[in-house]
Amino acid sequence: MRFRLFLREPSAVFWTFGFPILLSIALGIAFRNRPPEAVSIVVQAGPGADAILRELASPLIKARVQDGEAARRELRSGKVVLLIIPAAEGAARTYRYDETRPEARMARALVDDALQTAEGRLDPTPVRDERVTEPGARYIDFLLPGLVGLNLMSSSMWGIGYMIVDLRTKKLVKRLVATPMRRGDFLLSFVLMRAVFLLVEVPLLFAFGWVVFGVRVVGSPLLLMGLAMLGSLAFAGLGLLVASRARNTQTVGGLMNLVMMPMFIGSGVFFSTSNFPDGMQPLLRVLPLTALNDGLRAVTNAGAGPSQVAFAAVVLAVWAAVSFAAALRLFRWR
Amino acid sequence: MTEPPVAARCRALVMRYPGGVAAIDGLDLDVHAGECFGLLGPNGAGKTTTVEILEGLLEPTAGDVEILGMRWSTDERRLRERLGVSLQETHLPERLTVIEALILFRSFFTKGREPEDVLRAVSLEEKRASYYEKLSGGQKQRLAVACALVGDPDLLFLDEPTTGLDPQSRLQLWDVVTEFKRAGRTVVLTTHYMEEAERLCDRVGIIDRGKLIALGSPRELIAALGGREVIEVTLGGGAIGEDRVGALSGIRGVSAVRRVAEGLALTADPLHVALPALLDHLRGAGLQLERLATRHATLEDVFVALTGRGLRD
Repeated sequence: MRFRLFLREPSAVFWTFGFPILLSIALGIAFRNRPPEAVSIVVQAGPGADAILRELASPLIKARVQDGEAARRELRSGKVVLLIIPAAEGAARTYRYDETRPEARMARALVDDALQTAEGRLDPTPVRDERVTEPGARYIDFLLPGLVGLNLMSSSMWGIGYMIVDLRTKKLVKRLVATPMRRGDFLLSFVLMRAVFLLVEVPLLFAFGWVVFGVRVVGSPLLLMGLAMLGSLAFAGLGLLVASRARNTQTVGGLMNLVMMPMFIGSGVFFSTSNFPDGMQPLLRVLPLTALNDGLRAVTNAGAGPSQVAFAAVVLAVWAAVSFAAALRLFRWR
Repeated sequence: MTEPPVAARCRALVMRYPGGVAAIDGLDLDVHAGECFGLLGPNGAGKTTTVEILEGLLEPTAGDVEILGMRWSTDERRLRERLGVSLQETHLPERLTVIEALILFRSFFTKGREPEDVLRAVSLEEKRASYYEKLSGGQKQRLAVACALVGDPDLLFLDEPTTGLDPQSRLQLWDVVTEFKRAGRTVVLTTHYMEEAERLCDRVGIIDRGKLIALGSPRELIAALGGREVIEVTLGGGAIGEDRVGALSGIRGVSAVRRVAEGLALTADPLHVALPALLDHLRGAGLQLERLATRHATLEDVFVALTGRGLRD
């Protein structure tokens, strides 16, 4: 309450509002709906090469014929992902590709499938393709809640970390300590400030996702905001903790990266955490960003109710409480 | 409520920074209630360290501090309510307006003065709605003092309040301090401007290398020099020998002679006795007088006499 001014004044923080919009615009460019991309492959010149090219006529495969040496060079430099070396009738055809590249594996499967079918293979079971593009199951539906979580983390931590260190280098922290101000109030003001910004930030991002990508929030928006609030408190606490000792902005910047990087990668912002080994899962699950992302996703996409996101909520609340208490204890008041 | 006669007291104060020498080396100090006490000394003498210990911002290595009859270890919050502090350098947020800064600082205290009232006291009414970043150095400093006044303190600490200010801003700040003192409150200020100390302070303590080397009213300290006037002479004809300095200090009315950059400075009282005697002496010794000036002795002279060094060296 005493900190009305603190909440209101530092107008530098207004860029916090600009950031999510910029992020969303960048996303909009990256995730326009486009047709699936064709894979580029090359066929080594020789007998049978032209026949192969004919058999590969498909919108999903871009194939050309090249001399042996040139073809190998294109494969090495990555211009094409697969090289087909044709063989005489009955002998084995060679596919050359890098197994660790997903596109290369995909190209191999596509090409082999096309060639075998063209050459008379019969599939024992008929199949029917059903293409999923309905809202709720697309990559963007997965990505958007993750980005909201990421944005909450970085704006909370950077916003608070920089502001505190800035106040400290200006000796304003010391000046405030020389008044009867309660120290907990001072730290709390930052946390509250974040909570206020959040009320604008989160709806803005979801609104953008809805308007541009049709990402719908299936679950309760109130629950979503509640989770976002808890997440914001947790990251505000972490931001305070990181900034509690740092004397200058370089130090705090380094520490921020140290804390955020593991979550950036491991917390399922861009891809699911299930890509990490099982042994790491329990660890990843208690990271605040993982908890926040899982919770946001569950509510947004699966319409989860309060009981299903209770674990995430508890993880976030514990982070918030522990980091705030630690920050209060460690804070350098000069 | 009766004020304790001593507003701030410290005994055997020692402050040693890790790995360094002692910034304060056994300091005893009493600041009386209702006085303006000045801490004087060159840069790095330990003024700021002393003040920050008194303000409870630094923990001394050793020694005892008592403020308004209370101790930092037990009464911190109650003490903070009654203290006004202006640090040597404080930057408020650039986009805070003057009045907002005052309201903010007022909000920290359970009781205090009206922000508008304090605004008038430091003559910043016109800048009421200006951003902090738009203020001049003098205005910023007056705002800093206003932030210290808004809690209606019994004891006001000002650390070099006028350093780097133009003469007019300085005069305005002096008025603010004088006004505060008139209400019977106590002020502790540090400065390295002698005029400031002589103008504002009832008593001054001169600190050098972490030690108190002189204490008293400006008048007393100057009187202790042995004279209230200083005669500065520049003599022609090369270096002045020690025997000459000795002979000069034997002149009637001259209490001390010391070498300064352009010649000699003689502390004299009364001037109308010392000056003719000096001229007679020089004529008798056949010495050429290139320059002669007289002025009132200042605290600067006190400091130089005590340490052999200038205040701003």
